[in-house]
Amino acid sequence: MTGRMTRPVLAACLTVLVLLALVPLLESNYLIDLFNEIMIYALFALSLNVIIGYSGNVSFGHAAYFAIGGYTMAILLTTYEWPLLPAFAAAVAFSFACSAVVAYFCTRLTDIYFAMLTLAFSMLVWGVAFKWRLMTGGDDGFVGVDVPAFIAERVPFYYFSLVVIATAVAVLWVICHSAFGRALLAVRENPVRAGFVGINTRLMRWWAFVVAGTFAGIAGALFAMVHRGMYTESAFWPESATVLIMTLLGGMYSFFGPAIGAASLFLLERLTNEYTEYWPLVLGTILLAILMFLPEGLAGLAQAVRRQILRGR
Amino acid sequence: MLKIEGLFKQFGGFVAIDDVSFELLEGEKHAIIGPNGAGKTTFFNLVTGHLLPDRGSVAFQGEDITGRPPHRIVKLGLARSFQRINIYPRMSVFENVQVALIARERQELRFFRLAAGLCGPETNELLELVGLDEEADELAGELAYGKQKQLELAIALAENPRVLLLDEPTAGMSPSETEEAIRLIREIADARGLTLLFTEHDMTVVFGIADRITVLHHGEIIASGAPEAVRSDPVVRQVYLGEEEAANGAA
Ligand SMILES: Nc1ncnc2c1ncn2[C@@H]1O[C@H](COP(=O)(O)OP(=O)(O)O)[C@@H](O)[C@H]1O
Ligand SMILES: [Mg+2]
Repeated sequence: MTGRMTRPVLAACLTVLVLLALVPLLESNYLIDLFNEIMIYALFALSLNVIIGYSGNVSFGHAAYFAIGGYTMAILLTTYEWPLLPAFAAAVAFSFACSAVVAYFCTRLTDIYFAMLTLAFSMLVWGVAFKWRLMTGGDDGFVGVDVPAFIAERVPFYYFSLVVIATAVAVLWVICHSAFGRALLAVRENPVRAGFVGINTRLMRWWAFVVAGTFAGIAGALFAMVHRGMYTESAFWPESATVLIMTLLGGMYSFFGPAIGAASLFLLERLTNEYTEYWPLVLGTILLAILMFLPEGLAGLAQAVRRQILRGR
Repeated sequence: MLKIEGLFKQFGGFVAIDDVSFELLEGEKHAIIGPNGAGKTTFFNLVTGHLLPDRGSVAFQGEDITGRPPHRIVKLGLARSFQRINIYPRMSVFENVQVALIARERQELRFFRLAAGLCGPETNELLELVGLDEEADELAGELAYGKQKQLELAIALAENPRVLLLDEPTAGMSPSETEEAIRLIREIADARGLTLLFTEHDMTVVFGIADRITVLHHGEIIASGAPEAVRSDPVVRQVYLGEEEAANGAA
């Protein structure tokens, strides 16, 4: 997590961007939808990592902000027939506001108490989505989101999604590598010492939570559009666990790690489901493997391999 | 500079700091000595806001700072280092010092200002000052112990304090490292006009730096004054120096 974007990283980012832009040329609806969803989960996992990797707290309830962004988008576009931009802005603003309130309470606590409180708040959000049938469709889900005509087709929407996500990731990168990001790392590494150099650690953790919640809201808003619907599963705790596993699998000590984790886990799930019904078993095994052998995830593994090669030379 | 009145702190039923009143004068180099467990670290923790006192008050430059959190106290110009190493292990040596500067310049909520190179020249100056310029890119957690202790000092200095509290700055160092560290601390304190309050168990260090010494014993101040006066104080000789000299005499 050094300061500058190194040349190889920049080159890799641009390559990925170009490859993603070329996906529609394959003319496969399946692949377009697949990659769109992978990008959305990549942003979701990257946002969670602001809390985990950068501020050093574990959230068990990050799906809440994804769901808030998604439901807000679905309801404003469809029920209230708002145009795209205001609806998007409102969805993001509402995710911001909700995470700001929750963060106020959660950042009073640390460690397991923090994690449990994030879980509690996410169950609250799930409860609202489940019970407020009139607004959210309850457990039938919110079906039939009105996506504006100019991006209603699959390919235009894919490009819209790509632009939004690429921009969001770029902004998130800057935030994580800013003066704020650096001070946040200090809070993760040693909150006591950070306090003694003049950093208000609670305020920093509050901001980390709010940044994470806001970007999760962006991912959620896109999710509601790509699926033309929003469902209570998106707010339920297993969804929070999935994005947590994505983040850990990719590697929380690397900015891009969680995106790699999201792509890997997503593809693996699709692949596994083609052959067996035992995805949870596979998921459990993966989690076990990360905890036992890959505490720094795939990104950490890649770094270790690179160090070995450099040393061997 | 620093005026402490009737400070009292107990842990459970154990009284760690017992009604301590104390004044630190501007520009002095003041040592607090006392056997292990005397309450020196606890005293520092109370003064810097890490612990809340049960009774008593702490005033810095005439301002009552009792009960304020550390991050606000340090902004007034009162910085400290720690007896046990207290750095950011997974960050580079450069970043360890840079973060303190970012905080001092109140940049920690700048979301769109890239950290790379921020406060670079001053960070490098501080690293050079404590002799860590060659290790700038190493992970702080992988430094040798003595170097981590120096890093600890650089972080405290980065706050550009008027008063610096050092908790056993040479603990665990080899004799040659200790000598080097004392020289450095004395130099920096003189060059920057720092007021220094430090705890130390090594008597050569204490008499090498301090203009005034306070002796803490079971959480109480039993003597305070010029080094020579404290050295010859009968009570002090009995409870503290005496033991050492008796040991020396026997050897
Ligand atoms: N947080 C704490 N909880 C309980 N007891 C403590 C705590 N901190 C210090 N003490 C006790 O207070 C006494 C003074 O400790 P300390 O201030 O560390 O002494 P010194 O720094 O002079 O060696 C010791 O007996 C220690 O065990
Ligand atoms: Mg101590």
